[in-house]
Amino acid sequence: MTWNAASVGRLAAIGLVGGILQLTTVSQVAIFGVPADLSPLLAAAVGLLCGSIAGASFGFGLGLFMDTLLAQTLGLTSLVLLGAGYAAGRLRELRDPAHALVPVAVGAAATAAAAIGFAVLQFLLGVDAPVSFLLIRQILMTIVLNTLLALPVYLACRRVLAPFLPDDPRRRRRRAYTTGGLSPLSRA
Amino acid sequence: MYDRQVRRRRAVLLALVGCCLILLTAYFGESSGGPLKSIQTGAMEVVAPVQEGANRALKPFRDLFGWFGDTLDAKDERDKLEAERDKLRADVAQLQSAAAENDELRDMVDYARGSGLDAFQPVTAQVYSRSNSSWYSTIEINKGSSDGIEVNQPVINGKGLVGKIKRVSDGNAVVMLLSDADFGVSARAAVSGQPGSILPVAGSPGDLLFELVPEAKKVRSGDSIVTAGTISDELPSPFPEGILIGKVTRIDGEGELDRTIHVAPYADLRDLDFVRVLTEPTADLRASATP
Repeated sequence: MTWNAASVGRLAAIGLVGGILQLTTVSQVAIFGVPADLSPLLAAAVGLLCGSIAGASFGFGLGLFMDTLLAQTLGLTSLVLLGAGYAAGRLRELRDPAHALVPVAVGAAATAAAAIGFAVLQFLLGVDAPVSFLLIRQILMTIVLNTLLALPVYLACRRVLAPFLPDDPRRRRRRAYTTGGLSPLSRA
Repeated sequence: MYDRQVRRRRAVLLALVGCCLILLTAYFGESSGGPLKSIQTGAMEVVAPVQEGANRALKPFRDLFGWFGDTLDAKDERDKLEAERDKLRADVAQLQSAAAENDELRDMVDYARGSGLDAFQPVTAQVYSRSNSSWYSTIEINKGSSDGIEVNQPVINGKGLVGKIKRVSDGNAVVMLLSDADFGVSARAAVSGQPGSILPVAGSPGDLLFELVPEAKKVRSGDSIVTAGTISDELPSPFPEGILIGKVTRIDGEGELDRTIHVAPYADLRDLDFVRVLTEPTADLRASATP
């Protein structure tokens, strides 16, 4: 990813719009009794597109933004989301997976990791209230909903960040053939 | 070159994790008026107009999704309501005679009470955002300290108790809902008068527990649970007496000690558009103290 003021601005805009959308709309629409959670999807999508440092930084910033607006314990959501963003970024750096459904799997895994990580941190910090087994059902339902939303969220992030991303080899090849070239090499 | 990248990546990761841990430690260590909480309140104040605008602009989309859900639930809801209506018809007849008797007794003891909720100076506020975590159940409202709202004041809606004020700034406030892991309120069973405490169950917003009840066997399924209000002058409750909290849905366990009383809140905590904050929650105490 190309790092400059414009790319950082776009990342900040994704976080701001995504965060506000989550708080004002997505969290108020319950499907099968639970709302979806865009924040791990956004962190994972940015990690997958821009790498581990960008993913971790974006996750940290988004978590801080959410904790601040909801008067929650500062640093908790940041810690969880920076882990999700970093892990997605490392996957891209180490494996560079090319399958079209990778964002779906990564989104589901990021949601599961974020939900379980959040629960573990709550237990470590000492939650006072009794915990229902329904929490497991809620976590599973959120993972299912987020899995459905993962691809649209990833595509939206990719569209916003496209000018700053290295050209996707598959897209470059496709464009070369459709513009009349015999192969990518013949254009050189 | 590669080593430098690896070092840089690890340094950024460590720095961010360190920041999180420092924030967590500092947040837990500071008092309610500490710098981090003040920064939170300030940031809420700045972003609140944007959130409120977005909330209004995106309401049609929420309503559209809500319509699908409501249609699916409508049939079940109708059947339940029909059964409840039949039961209520019978109850109304009983209550009418009880109400007449009650009025007579009130007159006899000359028990002056405030005139309903108006005595508590309710302030109506619109909900514009809500938390998305199972652990924190909060909503944000568009009224704040400039409207007389203070921390710990009770929040209700047309159906019953919703929560209490957790944080307040000039123009908005954060409400901790009944289902928040940190919430608790002293309550009593409306019929038997058994006192106890209402506590949430983390991860299950439609389920509350009525605990610390001295004679739990006297509480029956279907009983209403209301706020107990102030029992001791030394420990005044921020909640006035008699606000509806919920209905006993089931009682688990047979013995006195292992009996668990489950309560479903009357207020639908997932569907809150407007709420009312009682800005004078001790008005009833002052009225009863007046000779």
